[in-house]
Amino acid sequence: MCAKPKTMMIDGMPVLIENEKNILEVIRKAGIDLPTFCYHSELSTYGACRMCVVENKWGDIEASCSSVPRDGMEIWTNTPKVRKYRKMILELLLSSHCRDCTTCNQNGTCKLQELARRYGVSHVRFENSKTVPEIDDSSASITRDMSKCILCGDCVRVCDEVMAVGAIDFAGRGSKMKVTPAFGEPISTTSCVGCGQCAAVCPTGAITIKNDVAAVWDALSDPNNEVVVQVAPAVRVGIGQMFGMKGGEDVMGKVVSALRRLGFNKVFDTITGADLTVLEETNEFLTRLENPEKLPLFTSCCPAWVKYAEEKHPELLAHLSTCRSPMQMFGAVLKEQYKNTGKKIISVAIMPCTAKKSEAKRAEFNDEQGPATDFVLTTQELGQMIKEAGIVFNELDPQVVDQPFGIGSGAGVIFGVTGGVTEAVIRRVSEDKSNAALRILEYKGVRGFEGIKETEVEVGETVIRIAVVSGLANAEKLIKEMQEGKRFYHFVEVMACPGGCVSGAGQPVGTLAMKKKRGEGLYQADKMSILKHSEENPTLAGLYSGVLKGKVHELLHRTYVDKRIK
Amino acid sequence: MLKNRQDLIDIRRIYEAAAGHERKILVCCGTGCMAGGALNIYAELKRIMDEKGVNCSVELEKDPHGDVVGLKKSGCHGFCEMGPLVRIEPHGWLYVKVKAEDCEEIVEKTIIGGEYIERLGYRQNGVLYKEQEEIPFYKKQTRLALEHCGHIDATSINEYFAAGGYKALEKALFDMTREEIIQEIELSNLRGRGGGGFPTGKKWRQVYNQPEGTKYIVCNGDEGDPGAFMDRSIMEGDPHRMLEGMMIAGIACGAQEGYIYVRAEYPLAIERLRAAIDQMYEAGILGKNILGTDFSFDMHINRGAGAFVCGEGSALTASIEGQRGMPRVKPPRTVEKGLFAKPTVLNNVETYANVAPIIVKGANWYKSIGPEKSPGTKAFALTGNVVNTGLIEVPMGTKLREVIYDIGGGIRGGKEFKAVQIGGPSGGCLIENNLELALDFDSLKKVGAMIGSGGLVVMDEDTCMVEVARFFMNFTQNESCGKCVPCREGTKRMLEILERIVAGKGVPEDIDLLLELADTISSTALCGLGKTAAFPVVSTIKNFREEYMEHIVDKVCKTKTCTALKKIVIDPELCKGCSKCARNCPVGAITGEIKKPFVIDQNKCIKCGACLDGCPFKAIKEA
Repeated sequence: MCAKPKTMMIDGMPVLIENEKNILEVIRKAGIDLPTFCYHSELSTYGACRMCVVENKWGDIEASCSSVPRDGMEIWTNTPKVRKYRKMILELLLSSHCRDCTTCNQNGTCKLQELARRYGVSHVRFENSKTVPEIDDSSASITRDMSKCILCGDCVRVCDEVMAVGAIDFAGRGSKMKVTPAFGEPISTTSCVGCGQCAAVCPTGAITIKNDVAAVWDALSDPNNEVVVQVAPAVRVGIGQMFGMKGGEDVMGKVVSALRRLGFNKVFDTITGADLTVLEETNEFLTRLENPEKLPLFTSCCPAWVKYAEEKHPELLAHLSTCRSPMQMFGAVLKEQYKNTGKKIISVAIMPCTAKKSEAKRAEFNDEQGPATDFVLTTQELGQMIKEAGIVFNELDPQVVDQPFGIGSGAGVIFGVTGGVTEAVIRRVSEDKSNAALRILEYKGVRGFEGIKETEVEVGETVIRIAVVSGLANAEKLIKEMQEGKRFYHFVEVMACPGGCVSGAGQPVGTLAMKKKRGEGLYQADKMSILKHSEENPTLAGLYSGVLKGKVHELLHRTYVDKRIK
Repeated sequence: MLKNRQDLIDIRRIYEAAAGHERKILVCCGTGCMAGGALNIYAELKRIMDEKGVNCSVELEKDPHGDVVGLKKSGCHGFCEMGPLVRIEPHGWLYVKVKAEDCEEIVEKTIIGGEYIERLGYRQNGVLYKEQEEIPFYKKQTRLALEHCGHIDATSINEYFAAGGYKALEKALFDMTREEIIQEIELSNLRGRGGGGFPTGKKWRQVYNQPEGTKYIVCNGDEGDPGAFMDRSIMEGDPHRMLEGMMIAGIACGAQEGYIYVRAEYPLAIERLRAAIDQMYEAGILGKNILGTDFSFDMHINRGAGAFVCGEGSALTASIEGQRGMPRVKPPRTVEKGLFAKPTVLNNVETYANVAPIIVKGANWYKSIGPEKSPGTKAFALTGNVVNTGLIEVPMGTKLREVIYDIGGGIRGGKEFKAVQIGGPSGGCLIENNLELALDFDSLKKVGAMIGSGGLVVMDEDTCMVEVARFFMNFTQNESCGKCVPCREGTKRMLEILERIVAGKGVPEDIDLLLELADTISSTALCGLGKTAAFPVVSTIKNFREEYMEHIVDKVCKTKTCTALKKIVIDPELCKGCSKCARNCPVGAITGEIKKPFVIDQNKCIKCGACLDGCPFKAIKEA
């Protein structure tokens, strides 16, 4: 006999209870957009903002985020009482919030602003106790302004629970409480990896992504500059959301058009750099495979992961691939390629990532041509420039990128999603290059948003064990188990953000479903590409015999060393 | 080292005999009396007795020989108002406000001569009370949790044995099943003494029923209410009593480890607990295979840094774990996932102190004290404008009037009673009309107050209720952990408004705004402390709205408490224009022509009162 389905009454409507961990999820399933600041389904329940309060049939108030759904429960989400409380809570939050909304980075996307409008808070009856900005802009990736913090703790939990970094936490009591690095030090002195996920979850302008738009405008308007730009795979499936498109559509053609209109002299696709990475990393892997003590090989495309390894696992640095990330390989190639044009080469990268901003500033990537990448703009910043220039994005005709780097493979495109690097490397090492082999590979466990995935492939006589992790907390778990001898791999792909670069903090803020759609968009782009394998990219042969001749190591590799003070 | 039940019985018998009827001087060494110099008195008594060759023993010994006078440091007697206190056994005499200079006489007359010193006795309304038990302050009390406080040496496990200590443990270990222990506690209707009044037996059963193997017993000794010191007195005065209760909880629920969370501001309590635990290990009452059974138990002390919020269950366990002391959302509840995410019994000190007598004497005996639904006794810290301040313990259901007038001796200085704040910063105030109210969980709930942990602050007619509300709100605001918005921001705004009112800048809408904030905080705050944070304000507005209005509309504080509302004026009839006041005024607020009446500029006046005292013609007055 089947168990009787459990239901609860929400605003007089019966709603089925499935496996929801709290009534908030049931309420949202019922099509009611109950407001929250501190609730994220991926994070632990914190229960601090109290916006999600509902009234039960006895007139008592419950926070729906922390109430367990029970059969026969009756709750009301929109009574005079709860409306009054929500409004008061908003008023209280606004009374200790720096309210210079019009000049705030988050203006228009601020949750506090949105809810204050939704609940008609037109007047705050209390004095404002936070009018002076309290800014920490020491990081290249994020800017913190604690006068705008509403202490929802989302950043603290994402940094700890998803990223296992724990660079920030609460300090102080009562109304003196604040979110801060230990001892109030600047964030740049901490183990912060620059992933920016704190900014992505921040409902207000308290943590925002470092904005480099002004510097790029300056570079573009200087006639002595030759401004070259590369666009990362994940950007093409993310930016459309800023212009009212459905999530996950590949709008690379429009991005290229937009970049040309903005004045970039040469527009390229980072997938060319990714193809280079695949070749170099595969070579490195096959070499290491002959010396088992040099295994496992950890990928190093993700700068947040590299910083994490430096901070928390210096013992693993020798196992990090010496390959630069696609951005830094390609940036170096571009600087080399155009060094004799008589103009100053400014290399810009459009990335879904905030850690890339920090990576671009690392001393390791600064050689005689200057930094491999001068400026990193996030997807959001590019969107902002397009809007500022008045370009009607949706009406742009698609264009293709410039030669001589106009070709990239599908293997390079899928770098933007977790498992993509691995899949590209497997395609490279497999002897069977047929489409059937590619289809089989799709189902071998490298795709999907699970935090830890594993698979095996045969290379010659050897069975290669591979792990793919995304989310640094998952990486930490995997590393711990590897170090305890519970797991063994030859190759480990690590991406700091859950789901890979499509979920980067530089992307427009999106739900998990949205991020998955972006991933699907990249796989679709791969399907549509003529070349599936990186080694088929004809541009690369030209590169190896051209600008890279004798400079492969200098331009494409770097070794990370333990920089901790001992 | 006690290896089995017989060893325990034997040692108890030996010390019971030793305790006998010998002569004993008990110097109260509760924190209050210590502050009054009790340690000096102790040292002085010892010195004099040594000097005079009185056979003085500071330890209870197994084999009392002849004519020994025991000199002990006891825990708090409760009558702190009259401290330092010295009790003389076997007569039961109590000497009050004893000074080091009195020691010579005590030894000479009382110890050697067996004579009572009237000068040191307690007098009330002209009547001299020789024996402690006859003093009205004690007579109306029923001491259960505080039974041994002040009567035994708190630092000696032997005295605890002599007083029947660890009989309950013995019974629980050898004569009762786990089920029977829990049933007994359930039957007794013992309710948590920490504030909530949750049935203790029910809590224990919930933990007992958890399938998880590791469980913990935690004692909440983080007594944070301003003016409350019941738990401190038990920890200082009878630490074994509470530890025994924890162990019985451990047996019943299947736990092997106990944690005591004590605030670091209680150094003496920590010292005594530590000593008691060491003695228990030494005696074989803690550790592996206690008294030869397969029950093992370990005890840990954790010091809290004095955050009020750490008295909340989940904040307390977080603090023990080394996390920030901040309440978390429930479920899961502490009984399911408490300390280290294991099922946890969390009770406060006084609750555990009630366990042993219930086990020894039975649930029915316990239920015969106080009302059936909330039986037993409750300890209160009686403070404020009352004659006898101190620590008291009365049967639940005792009337407020009896506590204030019979035990407390009425209002100090013959003033009028105005209100009593009960339950600390989470409680409310009771007024004249409530004097006949029975003090128990349910009766108080009906009038919107709560026992809380047991603070009773008595206030007389000179107390400004708006200032009282501001005081408690200031406390709560400072002590809010900062997690949830209503408590963090709401209390801050309430305090702001109250500060505005006492500064004479209130506006009539302020009362409604206070009530609206209070309603939001009470309904939506995350934890119990937040939910009750606004109670003192609501209850003072409910009972003393007039007084608020006087502050707001008339800008007057009738009790003359609020400095900003004081007005100092010069009576032109009496002023001779000598200019002395103008010269005394530090801010130049007084001006005038010589030989004509001077005037005070109210905008400049800082109400320091320098002019008042100096006027030779008494022409300056507080209006």
